[in-house]
Amino acid sequence: MPNVLEALNAALHRAFTADERVYLLGEDILDPYGGAFKVTRGLATAFPGRLLTTPISEAGITGIAAGMALRGLRPVVEIMFGDFVTLVADQLINHIAKFRWMYNDQVQVPLVLRTPMGGRRGYGPTHSQTMEKMFLGVPGLRVLAPCWLGDPGGLLAQAILEDDDPVVFVENKLLYLMPVQNENNLAEFAPASVAYPRLPGHPSGYAPIFTLTLSQAPAPVLTLVAYGYMAELARQAALRLAYEHEIFVELVIPTQLAPFEIEPVIASAHRTGRLLTIEEGTLSLGWGAEIQTRSTEALGPGLRASRRVAADDLPIPASGVLEAQVLPDVNRIVQTAQRMV
Amino acid sequence: MLDNLELYRRLYRIRHFEEMVLDKFPSGVFYGTTHTYLGQEANAVGVLSHLQPEDIVVSNHRCHGHYLAYGGDLHRLFAELMGRSTGVCGGRGGSQHLHWRNFYSNGVLGGTVPLATGMALAEKIRSSRVVTVVFLGDGTLGEGVIYEALNIASLWQAPILYVVENNRIAQTTPIELAVAGDIHARFTAFGVPALQLDSSDVLEIRPAAARLLNEVREQTSPRALILHTSRFGPHSKGDDTRSNEHIAALREGRDPITIQGSRLESTQRTMIEAEIQAEVSQAYERALADPTPVLMTPSE
Repeated sequence: MPNVLEALNAALHRAFTADERVYLLGEDILDPYGGAFKVTRGLATAFPGRLLTTPISEAGITGIAAGMALRGLRPVVEIMFGDFVTLVADQLINHIAKFRWMYNDQVQVPLVLRTPMGGRRGYGPTHSQTMEKMFLGVPGLRVLAPCWLGDPGGLLAQAILEDDDPVVFVENKLLYLMPVQNENNLAEFAPASVAYPRLPGHPSGYAPIFTLTLSQAPAPVLTLVAYGYMAELARQAALRLAYEHEIFVELVIPTQLAPFEIEPVIASAHRTGRLLTIEEGTLSLGWGAEIQTRSTEALGPGLRASRRVAADDLPIPASGVLEAQVLPDVNRIVQTAQRMV
Repeated sequence: MLDNLELYRRLYRIRHFEEMVLDKFPSGVFYGTTHTYLGQEANAVGVLSHLQPEDIVVSNHRCHGHYLAYGGDLHRLFAELMGRSTGVCGGRGGSQHLHWRNFYSNGVLGGTVPLATGMALAEKIRSSRVVTVVFLGDGTLGEGVIYEALNIASLWQAPILYVVENNRIAQTTPIELAVAGDIHARFTAFGVPALQLDSSDVLEIRPAAARLLNEVREQTSPRALILHTSRFGPHSKGDDTRSNEHIAALREGRDPITIQGSRLESTQRTMIEAEIQAEVSQAYERALADPTPVLMTPSE
């Protein structure tokens, strides 16, 4: 079973083989180094000339990739650390996300910007953040977040090869070494129910939303919603809640964060009556707040309990001891869930 | 064949369009704001009159002149300013956000420079021999991302012409308060050969642009053309902090319309101006009668 890193790397190799319009721009991506996190390893050797190692110029290379996309290529940009997406905000928001609509649907910008996010590696305040919430809700920008479930490589390959609109592809660093797991064969869980977000102009969306229920368990009384690496913490919490506290939960794991398809969350929360969102980004004004609000709007009094688990509203400390207190963990999820039922 | 008459026609078309825009703005017929190209007409006409059909132009907030010199339609530009469905971008983009054929503009400064550089690189990858031209002003020299783009354009030898229109004022800030050092050296420091001209004469700008565009195309490498120029109008509308005497002196000495017009016989000139005035008025009236757009359901 490949891990997520190997799956993403293989997907890039597949995409480069499948379509000669695919190029990749990033820093320190040439072999033998193969990128800071090795996601691009081997590509420079296999596809010389199409892997463009760049100066330390995140905004510049993102703008250049946008120009390449407007002129018929399918570029991928690697931003070495997700924290650096602040440097490309203008390119993403005022250029890339705008062109198709503001030019009256006369152009397309098939560009994928991949970047590793997240903490728990002791990298400290500027190399550990979960920044995607700043790009959620930008019209024209799709934000995807693979997890260890399903086919993370396939998600990346489809974003590169099949999506004609810009995508920000968020890879949590701790996912890289996790083995990819089949959503229908996850220990202790029934086969997943899978939905796809609606994508006008496409036959169907391609970024799955998994709904997981414990096998042979009583009816769930709480819905957990989490994405990326937090979906793994939610999985662990679900098992502990079942075994240690006899609290049975349902797990909803989206892989497309924006535009957000709320229906599977509402369907699950309607069954359980309780909704707990779990995110590694900071608590305030974030993803969980939006999910909770949309669910409340849909369910009204049918939603009996509503809570968020997220990072404290602080920079990420470098010290592992402090970092563990700032970032949400399984204990925090379990304790919060206990208070809700 | 571009004779003096045709060049004058192109210059005067931009001039008269922009004067009409400023003249009609107070009546409320246009949305938002505008940034007119008065005084700089010879830059756009001089550079863009050499383009081949597939060449690419990337422009900025002050884009009407570039668009018209590229060959853009008067009626559709008026319609865009009026927010009509027949506008260049169906009323979604407005004055600063135009796209037609291989012409693109954006009102956010700086970011267009790496964008254009990427377009040039895509054309190089396709071996298309297409040249990309990007216009930027002296004010945009303050944006850091342009230097990232210049660095990469030189490293990767992008077939692009950077055209700096230095009108010596950024909105209300004179160049002395905003641009240190040397503009020309900004390009040569990156290994991008650059040429500068201090002229409003289309017959001086044209050959310089022709030479550089030819070098970009033949040598598949970047060049820069720095045009010291003059903006006669306000940054947008009624926000000029310069004295009337200063503007009058600019118009007296550096008007590209006057310079090129002096090469025509007065009857020819009068005839061309009458033709253009009729053309612009017809485009305006036609746009005014056009339907307003309907908001489509957001795509997602």
